[in-house]
Amino acid sequence: MGLGVYLNVAVAGVLTGLVYGLMALGLSVIFGVVRVVNFAHGEMMSIAMYIAVVLFSSFHLDPLVMLVPIAAVMFVFGYALQAGLINPFITRPEHSQFLLVVALAIIIVNALLIIFGPDARTVQTSYAYDSFEIGPVIVDASKAYAAAAAIVVTVALFAFFRFTLIGKAIRACADNYTGALVVGLNVNRLYALTFALGAACVGAAGTMMTLITDVTPALGPGYTLLAFVIVITGGLGSMPGALVGGVLIGLTEALAGLLFTPSAKSMFAFGILVLVLLFRPQGILGRRLT
Amino acid sequence: MTALLSLDRVSKRFRGLLAVDAVSFDVPEGVIFAVIGPNGAGKTTLFNMIAGAMAPDDGAIAFAGQAINGLTSDAVCRRGIARTFQLVRPFPALSVEDNVIVGALLHHRDVGAARERALAVLRRLDLFDKRNQIAATLTLPDRKRLEVARALATEPKLLLLDEVMAGLRPTETDRMVATLREINRESGLTILLIEHVMRAVMALAARVLVLDHGVAIAAGAPEDVVRDPAVVRSYLGTEAL
Amino acid sequence: MAAMIARLTNGLSRRALGLLAALLAVLLAAPWIANDYLLTVLIVILYLAYTGQAWNIMMGFAGQLSLGHAIYAGLGAYIPAVLFTRYGIGPWVGFLAAIPIAALCGAIIGFLAFRFGVAGVYFAILTIAFAEFARIGFDHLTIVNASAGLFLPVAQLSHNDLWRLRGSPTKFYYVILAATVIALILSRLLLRSRMGYFWLAIREDEQAARAAGIDTFRYKMYAVMISAAVTSFAGVFYAFFYNNLFPEQVFNISRSIEMILGPIIGGIGTLFGPILGAFVLTGLAESVTSALAAFGVDLPGAKQIFYGICLLLVVVALPEGIWPWLARRLGVAERKR
Repeated sequence: MGLGVYLNVAVAGVLTGLVYGLMALGLSVIFGVVRVVNFAHGEMMSIAMYIAVVLFSSFHLDPLVMLVPIAAVMFVFGYALQAGLINPFITRPEHSQFLLVVALAIIIVNALLIIFGPDARTVQTSYAYDSFEIGPVIVDASKAYAAAAAIVVTVALFAFFRFTLIGKAIRACADNYTGALVVGLNVNRLYALTFALGAACVGAAGTMMTLITDVTPALGPGYTLLAFVIVITGGLGSMPGALVGGVLIGLTEALAGLLFTPSAKSMFAFGILVLVLLFRPQGILGRRLT
Repeated sequence: MTALLSLDRVSKRFRGLLAVDAVSFDVPEGVIFAVIGPNGAGKTTLFNMIAGAMAPDDGAIAFAGQAINGLTSDAVCRRGIARTFQLVRPFPALSVEDNVIVGALLHHRDVGAARERALAVLRRLDLFDKRNQIAATLTLPDRKRLEVARALATEPKLLLLDEVMAGLRPTETDRMVATLREINRESGLTILLIEHVMRAVMALAARVLVLDHGVAIAAGAPEDVVRDPAVVRSYLGTEAL
Repeated sequence: MAAMIARLTNGLSRRALGLLAALLAVLLAAPWIANDYLLTVLIVILYLAYTGQAWNIMMGFAGQLSLGHAIYAGLGAYIPAVLFTRYGIGPWVGFLAAIPIAALCGAIIGFLAFRFGVAGVYFAILTIAFAEFARIGFDHLTIVNASAGLFLPVAQLSHNDLWRLRGSPTKFYYVILAATVIALILSRLLLRSRMGYFWLAIREDEQAARAAGIDTFRYKMYAVMISAAVTSFAGVFYAFFYNNLFPEQVFNISRSIEMILGPIIGGIGTLFGPILGAFVLTGLAESVTSALAAFGVDLPGAKQIFYGICLLLVVVALPEGIWPWLARRLGVAERKR
């Protein structure tokens, strides 16, 4: 194998990693503000993936075009979920919240299984086999589009938190819950909004993911774990950390798949997680908790 | 009198702030010793260093002649120093009796023996009749007494009390003061308390150390210390206004 | 013997003892009453009651949330199965080999987590990571036939051989019933021991526990190791009852989740909660499956959805689980600990 092969695989890994990063960003935003560990994150992503697949197979709507509508659907879903189900749990003990979301995850996975069956579904776009040649590197067109879309969504989210009033209010909630209450912010609504934004992120990521990989109902838990691995690696609650973690894990998986066997690739992701938890528990870009 | 607890130039920094600055003092065996000072004077930091909740950056803490600085809080407790928390922390879902049994089990391997010890302590603290209540359902004064009971059950040589009177009504304070005095008189237990409530300090303490901005500014008998101009300026003066 | 029984039952009301004895009598008589299907359901129930109790030691008593308990059951399944198929070594010897290995595995996870301050949800995720690590690892491990699966010679149903753990479902039923009863006795002894008090203190408030002189690291380690060792027997049973092992199934995160549902629904930290939870959950799930089958509906995910909804309802409506509520109704509530 020449160096070119490694380079190609590495680039593909980074591009996939950017989509992972967007998925993990959703989780990070939810945890950073609402302080709930969304253990149904991957399952929410598979909902978005199935929406994209159905829209494509029934109406030939390209996932790239459907990015915003699907993200909007997931936004509404996330808002309803937080406002209706999770909100009463924010003062409950950690394991109680955790179990609530695990229950939700179990329901989602099996509902998808009943509706769509266990077989893998794919999106076969006209550009599925296109590629760009940049010097010695051959880049998959689908992966490039997916990564580009992930970057656009991420930038939009960063801008939202930095420049809009609501974004600033949400950050205030994250920094100081009581303070936010005192100055009269409607914390419950902001929490629902945050959960909705996190859901929209993972919705967008799921839509893009259909360009890269097949979808089966059983994928959910794997993606949930992957999102946690990424977020903890990058730093829980750190938005840039989620992206960095995503790229790192994407790259690791791709190279591990090339050097060892693709089926063992997530072992390396877990290996990284364990190392990070032990030696830098706050994550690569996280702030140290005291 | 020999010093049971001895601090030698103990310091603690938080980032730039010098929270405790080279504080030295001795607590003789068998006395009730109080550390007072305005908010932010470094009392709780000092307390946490003695209890092993944090390690000092500088200086030495010796207990019964042995260095204890840097030991973890459980190791400090096993040496014979028991503490209470300023914001009370009984084990909420356990009964009052079981809370105290946990403390008593430190030196009793047998649960039955620990229970007897616990019941004796509960009688001492007037909590015997409430022994089957769940700790979370107690009133604040009772929870404070429960913390003292749990600490006493570990059979300490030194009892550290962190603002155990705070939030109590005057009658409750007097009750606590009476209990602590009796325990000190009967068993000779050495007590180090950090306290805001001057009424309690004056009634209890044989010796007082005054902290201000991390520095020990005065030490001595309570009636002398309250007349010390430096103390009046830094602490009592502002409180009295 | 009498003294031991007196010690075990000390603090239980006459009524509680009566109910417990009645339940045990019914379970002992069950093979004569129940048909094959019902007996299989009872085996599943007792299996989950057993694993639930094992998990409860760690989470219910010591407050350490493990979501990767499949790793201990998996080790307990694979070690005796490999010894049996490759070297003809019987399951009970295999179990003796599995206990220290499962405990060691728990000790490694516990050591890494507790020494480096990995707690709460982070700890839960670390336990999942290890279980997933094992799943993928065993999937590539040739000595256990990797993903192709390990098959034990199928049991001769007519020939009961307790030593080799082969025989009829009735025998397996009594084995798992005995294990469940032993786990209940063990749980009660542990909970009333010095260590049990220390675990509860750690669960309630770790910092306050340390201030009371408890070496929390040490007792958390004991909790993980004991829980892991107890769980490993469930794996032995699983291997010799089902006779086939696939890493994808044995170490799957769903196995870990199944183990914890019973105690959560029954009541975390209670002695009888895990057993009650297993009965309620499996009983209801089987009824739903049969009901669906009666209508000619065959949906592979229906049972799991039902699990999910049960879990959701219990977490929302009865956060303490069913047992504390039921115990008050029955008038057998033990002095609250």
